[in-house]
Amino acid sequence: MIIVDYLKKSFFVAIWFMFLTFPIMVIRVDSIEGIVEWRWQNMLLVGIGSFILSLVGRYIRIKQEKAARSVQKGRVQQLKSSLLIDPKMYLPGLALISLLVLVFPFLFSVYQTNIMTTALMYIVLGLGLNIVVGLAGLLDLGYVAFYAVGAYCYALLNHHFGLSFWLALPLGALLGALFGIVLGFPVLRLRGDYLAIVTLGFGEIIRLVLENWNEFSFGPSGIANIDRPNFFGIDMSLNESIIALYYMMVCLVLFSIFMVNRLQSSRIGRAWIALREDEIACQAMGIDKTKTKLTAFALGATWAGMVGVIFAAKTTFVNPASFTFLESAIILSIVVLGGMGSIVGVVVGALVLILLPEYLRAFSDYRMLLFGAIMVIMMVFRPQGIIGNVRKSYLFQEKKG
Amino acid sequence: MEYFLELFFSGLTRGSIYALIALGYTMVYGIIGLINFAHGEIYMIGAFTALIVASVLTVLGFNQLAILLCAGFAAVVYSSAYGYTVEKIAYKPLRNAPRLSPLISAIGMSIFLQNYVLLAQTSDFMPFPALIPEFEFMEPYAHIVGSSELVIFLVTTLVMVLLTLLIKFSSIGKAMRATAQDKKMAMLLGIDVNKIISITFVIGSALAAIGGLLIASHIGQINFYIGFIAGIKAFTAAVLGGIGSIPGAVLGSFILGWTESFATGYISSDYEDVFAFSILVLILIFKPAGLLGRDKTKKV
Repeated sequence: MIIVDYLKKSFFVAIWFMFLTFPIMVIRVDSIEGIVEWRWQNMLLVGIGSFILSLVGRYIRIKQEKAARSVQKGRVQQLKSSLLIDPKMYLPGLALISLLVLVFPFLFSVYQTNIMTTALMYIVLGLGLNIVVGLAGLLDLGYVAFYAVGAYCYALLNHHFGLSFWLALPLGALLGALFGIVLGFPVLRLRGDYLAIVTLGFGEIIRLVLENWNEFSFGPSGIANIDRPNFFGIDMSLNESIIALYYMMVCLVLFSIFMVNRLQSSRIGRAWIALREDEIACQAMGIDKTKTKLTAFALGATWAGMVGVIFAAKTTFVNPASFTFLESAIILSIVVLGGMGSIVGVVVGALVLILLPEYLRAFSDYRMLLFGAIMVIMMVFRPQGIIGNVRKSYLFQEKKG
Repeated sequence: MEYFLELFFSGLTRGSIYALIALGYTMVYGIIGLINFAHGEIYMIGAFTALIVASVLTVLGFNQLAILLCAGFAAVVYSSAYGYTVEKIAYKPLRNAPRLSPLISAIGMSIFLQNYVLLAQTSDFMPFPALIPEFEFMEPYAHIVGSSELVIFLVTTLVMVLLTLLIKFSSIGKAMRATAQDKKMAMLLGIDVNKIISITFVIGSALAAIGGLLIASHIGQINFYIGFIAGIKAFTAAVLGGIGSIPGAVLGSFILGWTESFATGYISSDYEDVFAFSILVLILIFKPAGLLGRDKTKKV
């Protein structure tokens, strides 16, 4: 009986969606020629598609509810958390992954390596934003601004003064941090969503200035022919330098993971988490709110500045179109999709979100559509992210004997 | 002086459109505390529906008034339906999720809807027929304020008045205010909170559709991306006035409209959006809850 009920509900959903998509999916007008094209087959497709999706969605919901009720879930949860905590469980996996990472450029083509480098860049960006959003709980929608600052820092200095990549890298990081503090100061008093919109505005301001201030940033045409990084003065072909950049990114990812992990359990990291959980209680415990928030902004922006420099060096070309709001949204999605505050989550999230569109190129027209849909579906069915953050807990063990 | 007036009226027009969209943001935020990122897309879909209906009717040879009414009706109905559906799919299952989840879901929805229209229609700018007629009595003032600008302002004012009446005096309005104040208490008093939230989305979407139809007819072309910029601007306006507050959204919209209009007219048109965001940052620094927003003191 229940099944009939579900079929009936899904049928109505299908009818509703056929109605909903009617003008946009079915009719196409060429207003210059005055021809109306009716695409009825689309309506049929929408009907069938939404019917199946609605059934699948209902099925997953029921399963989830059942799982929540049964004891089984406890065991799965246990297995998963022990997979992340117990060295015996994760060491072999880690060894396998590191081996794969090391030999990746030799197994796959240069094109694949290049994509992987991009994914690694987003891992670092995600880790940086994770400090601001995941740990300190400050919703930053303009993170890409710091990324742009780093990229333009290297691009401009290289263009005018021929500054080398290795000098620009710390400089970009520093400049990112500086901008983080500059933005951080005025917005400290703002809470939650106000902060979100101001950071969004800030990101847009940076992009628009870069687009319009032609004398400074060369406007929308951007800056081309930026030097690739030079590794120990070795002359390298294009392919070799892509592989070298890949290894450099691997090192940077490891460094970032190490740093963020250390930061997380440090005094300042715990202050961020406290601030995220309850601002008032946190202040009552004697934590300096201003300083804590500013360090979160500055440290988050540092990573973005650094990756910005690498981005400019990797593509050898920057223009403002690379730093739109969509980019901020993607980085934020990496953090949230992976699981806020969780380092493993950010890594997985970045790999999924960056590699997925690349390999969805087969359906290249539909990849942004699917990207949006996956974000929604993911949030609806698993709001805590792919890998939820495992809170650090300390186990008291009695001395034996 | 003439130039000043021209800019003044162009700012008023912009402000009216922002206000129509900003109201949707602020009402939804007031009730469930969510930045509905997909709201700009609802506005875009309203404009597209109006365009499609108007084009079909033009081909079939209807007269202008009938086209305007049908296009407007279709835009409102379809936008409301989309707003309702988006809420049911992307936000309702997330009522009790962590605060950022519905936001991500909203951003995903926005990307999805943009690409849906891009794929189903076209990525090019589409010419939008001028649905609003040129009035003869406006002829002498045409260089300062156009007929469509007048219509936009009048329609917006009418809609605002109706909305205010609805919220102040109708039972739905009362239920909406109660839900915004305290969801649990409203539920205890027998208000169907889910229904009220749906109604809020429907009203907000309908307003956005009216805005979409009016501005598309005024500017004369649309593409799938118009919703994003308009959405962000309108949201800025809502925050400027104090998000959650309806008069605040209107005030913020007009301030934003005039700022943009005067800044582009007297300073430089390249930095139009920079001015908009700068004024937002400035106001929030000095008044963190927006112009008319109440600064909530959190009790422990």
